[in-house]
Formats: sequence, structure tokens, C-alpha cells
Amino acid sequence: MLTMSVGNQTTVTAEPPSEAGREAIKLEGAEVIYGRGKKMTQALAPTHLKVEQGEFVALVGPSGCGKSTILKLVSDLLAPSSGHVHLGGREVGAKRVGVGMAFQNPTMLPWLSVRDNVMLPLKIVPPFRSRYRQARKGEFRERAEALLEKVGLKGFGDKQPWQLSGGMLQRASLCRALIHDPELLLLDEPFGALDQFTREELWGILQNLWLESKPTVLLVTHDLREAAYLGTRICVMSPRPGKIIDDQKVHLPRPRTIPMTYEQDFVQLTQQLRELITHTRPDAA
Amino acid sequence: MELVDKLRQKLAAALLILGFFVAWEVICLVFGVPEIVLPRPSQVMETLIARFPQLLPHVMQTLSTTLTGFVMGVTAGLVLGAIVGSSKVAYDTAYPLLVGFSSIPKVAVVPIFVLWFGSGTVPAVLTSFIICIFPVVVNVATGLATTEPELEDVLKSLGAKKREILWNVGIPRAMPYFFASLKVAITLAFVGTVLAETIASNRGIGNVMMIATSSFDVPLVFSGLFLLAMLGVTLYLVFSLIERKVTGWAMRKSELPAA
Repeated sequence: MLTMSVGNQTTVTAEPPSEAGREAIKLEGAEVIYGRGKKMTQALAPTHLKVEQGEFVALVGPSGCGKSTILKLVSDLLAPSSGHVHLGGREVGAKRVGVGMAFQNPTMLPWLSVRDNVMLPLKIVPPFRSRYRQARKGEFRERAEALLEKVGLKGFGDKQPWQLSGGMLQRASLCRALIHDPELLLLDEPFGALDQFTREELWGILQNLWLESKPTVLLVTHDLREAAYLGTRICVMSPRPGKIIDDQKVHLPRPRTIPMTYEQDFVQLTQQLRELITHTRPDAA
Repeated sequence: MELVDKLRQKLAAALLILGFFVAWEVICLVFGVPEIVLPRPSQVMETLIARFPQLLPHVMQTLSTTLTGFVMGVTAGLVLGAIVGSSKVAYDTAYPLLVGFSSIPKVAVVPIFVLWFGSGTVPAVLTSFIICIFPVVVNVATGLATTEPELEDVLKSLGAKKREILWNVGIPRAMPYFFASLKVAITLAFVGTVLAETIASNRGIGNVMMIATSSFDVPLVFSGLFLLAMLGVTLYLVFSLIERKVTGWAMRKSELPAA
């Protein structure tokens, strides 16, 4: 199992010819080590990963395997201890790439209304930031409202974050990640803390949003059904120190639906993923 | 429903204050407490009204001294707090010194100020200044230092610069702490001013009370105390009001979540 590891996923197969080509994310032997000396822990083994523009990549693996670490590398919240991380062909941080990120916790700023939270990226990210003052009450506001409506939060813009439930906050958090039309969407277990029904509903919403503008997405999750439902490609990671041990495309048709998740193809896929993960437990390796 | 509850609470607070003064009046009357020991509230009010024209300039003196020291203290506290709270290292390094400074009894500092600047307004301003720095520094620093890294990550992932993060996350996050400290600081500032006026000044309510004490004009002493209490409460209320406007988000209580 381990032999099919790292770095053999370069193949630009004959998949969708329209989007093949431009690479959005490239990790070259990126490694992350926390601490020094005896306390040193390797959070992420040298990892290779290429993601093309418009792909929806789901990263799955046991908890603590470094899935989130990869996201932190890509979002420039963390620098690799060795190796390189490229975004759009350049070293991360060298060029401003429109990145939208949603976290496991909704992390709304409690002093802003839901709408202002959603509009936050427009205040920070160019080219919107220069127009923020003028467009705050008009164009940007409408943009936020339109997004909120799409995720089922119409009329909640004026509420304070604490007035919303966890599921609602996570919807708002998705809006915030998307409002500035990012080329790259990074999702760190955004639905991890939600109940099954809300989660499945949000899969559908996220799928629709993705189909609309096709940003590149990197989704970290430990939910195999979620990965298979949403991903065009699934990367499986081994336990700590994590590395990618399997990388495959998902050939299920779009738009996918919840009933599909109970069909044989789908079930087979998730079972195969489960197999992969359980086989690479530390005791089995 | 909510309004009724609020009114009831206000009423209870007012009744408690009223009850306090009534009890005081009654106890003095029943036990025949002489005026020179403890004047009755009615006597204090009488004196206050009769002497008000003479007292007014002193009130203004104390008020302006306090506010000057307070504004200076808060400004300095805010800057220091921002520096101390900006990094873990700064926080750990500066904290012992700050605690040391704040432990010095401020009475002990007044003579030093008098030595340096002579008696009068300056030592009073400086005393109230120095007395209200500490709570502001500690609170602002704590507010900044305890900002959730997750909230900062939201901005960082968007490529925000340090300044933008401070402006959009750090400062709003520290505001409730800042206002809490303002309410403490304003009452402390009065303590500082009156202390300095009592020791070394010839103006201000502290000084009036000092002179009244030495001439056994006890009702006047109490009038001074009453005026100070009123000033303190007024300024406290002003800051509470601003606080509620600015940091209402941190004050939610048992309100029901929206359906």
C-alpha cells in the first residue's frame, strides 16, 4: 500500500481537457516539523501534491495526520520547514492569490453583524479594498445579501453572530470564504461540527456554488462520504507523520445527490477509502 | 416584559439608595448622634445647598484636575497596553515591573511630586495620572494578548498585514477590556486627585474637606464626600453609556437566539 506513495500523481490524464493544464497548487517535498531537539515532532512528512485549476480535491485521513497542516501551508499561515509550496506557479506569498478559507469553527468576529462578517474579505483583499468605503452600503452589501440568500440565510444579515446556530454560522462562513470570488477555496473540515442533515444540505449548497464558478478547492475532511460526494479527486493521508498514500479521481456524475451516496459505486468508493485508512494505522504499518 | 424587568431593577436600586439615607437619618435621630460625630443627611444637604456657591469653584478644580490626569493616564495606558499586549515576550517581560509600580501606595508618591513640582495642581494631576495608568495597561494588554488566534487566522488567510489585523481584530477585541478599565480608572482618578489635594494643595474638594475637618465643620466634610460621590457616579455612568454603545456585542445575556 505504501509503495504507491508520494508524488506519483502528476499524470494529467485525458480527464477534462478544458481545465487540464494550469496548476493551482504545488507542494514539492513540503515538510513541517514542530519544536526542536527531543521535543521535535514531524507533523507532515515531505509531501508532493499537484492540484490543477478547477479541481475539487478532498484530503482525507485519520485525525492528526497533517491534513490541516497542508491547508495552513497553502494559505500561508505556516511556512514549511523544508520543501516548497507554490500557488499559481509562484512561491506562496510571492504573489497575491485570491484565497477564501473556511475553518472548522465558523470564527465570525463577534462585534460585526453577519453581513459585515461576510463582507470582511472585501475590506482586505484587492481590488475590492480600494472601493470598500464607497461600495459598502451598495454594491458589496447586495453581493453579500445575494450570497446569504444562496445558502439559505436570507434576512439574517443584520443579526449578530451569536444569534445564529452552528449550522447557520457555518453557512455564513462559506459566504465569507466565497464573497471575493477566490481562485482558491480552502475548507478545513467546515462541516465537521454539524449534524448529519445540516451537513448533507450544505454539501449540496457547496456543490452548487462550486459548479457555478469552478474555483480550485482543497477540502480537508475526515468524512469519507463527504469526500466522495464533493471531490473530483480524493487524496488519502497516512497517520502522523502524514503523507499522501493514495490519490484517485472520482468519476461519479454531477450534480451528485444524497440518494446517490447510497448507490453501489459510491458505497464501494467510500469502503475502499476506509480500507486504505484503516490499513495504514500505526499498528498495521 | 423585558422593559418591566428593567424598570423593576432600576426601582430597586433607587429604593436601596433612598433607604440607606433614610436609615442613616433615623438612626442618628433615634440614638441622638451629635452633628460633630455624624451629621444627618438632611443637615448635609442643608450645608451643601447653603455653601454651594463657595464650593462650586472647588468642584470645578477637582473635576478638571481629575479629568486631566485621567485623560493623560488613559492615553499613556492605552499606548503601553498596546505595546505590552502585542507580544508574549513583551507581556512577560513588562508585567513584573508594572505590578511593582502599581503596588506602591500612591500616598507615598504625593510628597515626591510636591518636592519636584511644588504644591498645587500639578501633583494632583500627576497622582490621578499615575493611579489610573495601571488598570488601563493591564486590561488593554490582556485584551490584546488573549485574542483568539483563530480570529487572526481569518485575516491572515486573506493576506492581511499586521496593522490590518490589529485594526480589525485586536482593537475591537480589546475594547470591552478597555472600557472595563475606564470605569475603574475614573473612580481611581478621583481618589488620586483628592489625596493630593488633601496633602498638598490650597484648592479643590480635598483641600476644603481638610480645612473643614480641622475646624470641626463636620457637615461640610460630609458635603464634600457627597459631592465626590456624585462626581464619581456621573462619570462612571458616562463611560458605561459609551461602553454599551461601543461594546454591546460583548454584553449579550439571556436573550433568546433568533428563530
